[in-house]
Formats: sequence, structure tokens, C-alpha cells
Amino acid sequence: MKSRIALFILAFLVWMCLCWSFDWQHVFIGVLVACFIAFMTGDMFVERTHLLRSPKRYFWFLYYIPLFVWECFKANIDVAYRVGHPDLPIKPGIVKVKTKLKSDAGLTFLANSITLTPGTLSVDVDKENGFLYVHWINAKDIERATQLIVHKFERILKRIFE
Amino acid sequence: MNNINDITGMIFIGVGLFFDFFGCLGLVRLPDLYNRLQASTKCVTFGTCSILFGTFLMLGFTAAGIKALLCIVFLLLTAPVSAHALARGAHISGVKLWEKSVCDKYESSKASGSSGDEKGKKGKRT
Repeated sequence: MKSRIALFILAFLVWMCLCWSFDWQHVFIGVLVACFIAFMTGDMFVERTHLLRSPKRYFWFLYYIPLFVWECFKANIDVAYRVGHPDLPIKPGIVKVKTKLKSDAGLTFLANSITLTPGTLSVDVDKENGFLYVHWINAKDIERATQLIVHKFERILKRIFE
Repeated sequence: MNNINDITGMIFIGVGLFFDFFGCLGLVRLPDLYNRLQASTKCVTFGTCSILFGTFLMLGFTAAGIKALLCIVFLLLTAPVSAHALARGAHISGVKLWEKSVCDKYESSKASGSSGDEKGKKGKRT
């Protein structure tokens, strides 16, 4: 039930952003649509609803956004350099990294962050053992891959989702 | 004030076009599927987000501007997932890595059977 309410609020906010006009027709239709969506798919939105109540997680999420944008920007400079260089300085390989995150949302965000950061692309996740398979465009140090790829996001995502 | 917003919006759109261009160039120049996915995912996602953000700056808090902001969020959530699905599907169906690749830990662990039994379990939850 709490999961449905959270999804209702989120769906209603997205609807209001999409419309961006606040007369009663839009609000009425928005409530109807959000009710429908919350009723249909609400039970698989959040699994552990008590996590939504701790404000510290929102604070860490806000801290995570600028870090993520900065890493994303560095990734783009890096890829643009490698593509634009006449010799294509790439050294690709698929490495296996270990993660301590267990929850679905945490793993999804970690995989997405890995994909959008310098030179790495998550290929598969092994949830039981906590491994991620990551395609690395510049596999310079296979032994230290976990430390180089995962750690900077993991310590923040752990505070948000675990 | 409006003028400043227009100029910064134009700068953002220009930066976005620059990165989109390098993403497409990477799609042509890089050797195999996984490297091409790297270039296209990163550069095209960031470039398109930058263009949308520039649009938002130029339009301000109007209906279209807010839609551009929402598009950034949806793009950031979906683009890596689609890249992940493409890479995983290609690897399972047997697309080889580039011959100068350094290592392929995924292939060796698939051969030993420790992976591959969690198909479809990567649920998208936010």
C-alpha cells in the first residue's frame, strides 16, 4: 500500500510537470491517471517502503547527482579524445568486479553509473555472488579494476539504497 | 536577463552537438560492438542531455521547457539500460570481442557455469 502511495505521488508530479498548467481539469485527469497507474503497477515499485522515510538518503542522493554529472563529463572528454585520436588508443577487455550492494535499485543505479562513467560499460550482473562484468575500453590494471571502477560510487549508493 | 539565458542555452546546445558528433564518429571508427556501444552510449546520452538542457534554459519554466527537463531524467534512466541489454544480448549470442582485446572474464565465467542463470532478474526499480 505504501508503495502504491509513493508511486501515486511520483506519477502525479510527473503528470503536472508534463502539463504545467494548474486548472482543475488537468489536476482531475492527473489524479485519475495516477490512481490507475498506482493501482496497476504499484506493488512492484518499492519493496522496502521504510527506506523512503529517512531524509539522510535524499541528502546523499542530492550529493550523488553533481558527482555523477562530473564523472559523466569526464567520460565524454575521455571518449571524444580516444575517438578523435588518429591511432585509436584503446585497449578493451571485459573485467569482473566485485560489489557489496545487494538491493535491486542499488545494483541498477551502480550499473547505470558504471555505464555512463569513463571508459566502462556494464555487460552483466551476477546478483547471487555480487559480481559485475564490465567492458573496459582501457583495461590498464585488471587486478585493481574493482577499486578503480566501483568504489567511488559504491560508498555513496550504499548510503542511499542499502 | 532573457538575453543571457539565450546565450548560455546556445552554448549548451553547441557543446551537446560537439559531443553528439564525437559519438557518431566513434560509431564509425571503433572496431567492435562493445567499443561502439561505449562511444554511442556516453557521448550521445550526454550530448543529447546537454541539448535538452540548453533548450530548457532558452524556454525557461514553460510547458516545453519542463518537458525537456523530464526528457533528461528519462534519457539518463533508460539509455544505460538499453546499452546493457544490447551488450549482454550480443555477448550471449556469441559476438566476439576485438582481436586485440586484453581479457574476457565474462566468457571464462560463462564457460564454468557460474553465470547465466539469472536471466531477467535485473528489475528496473527506482
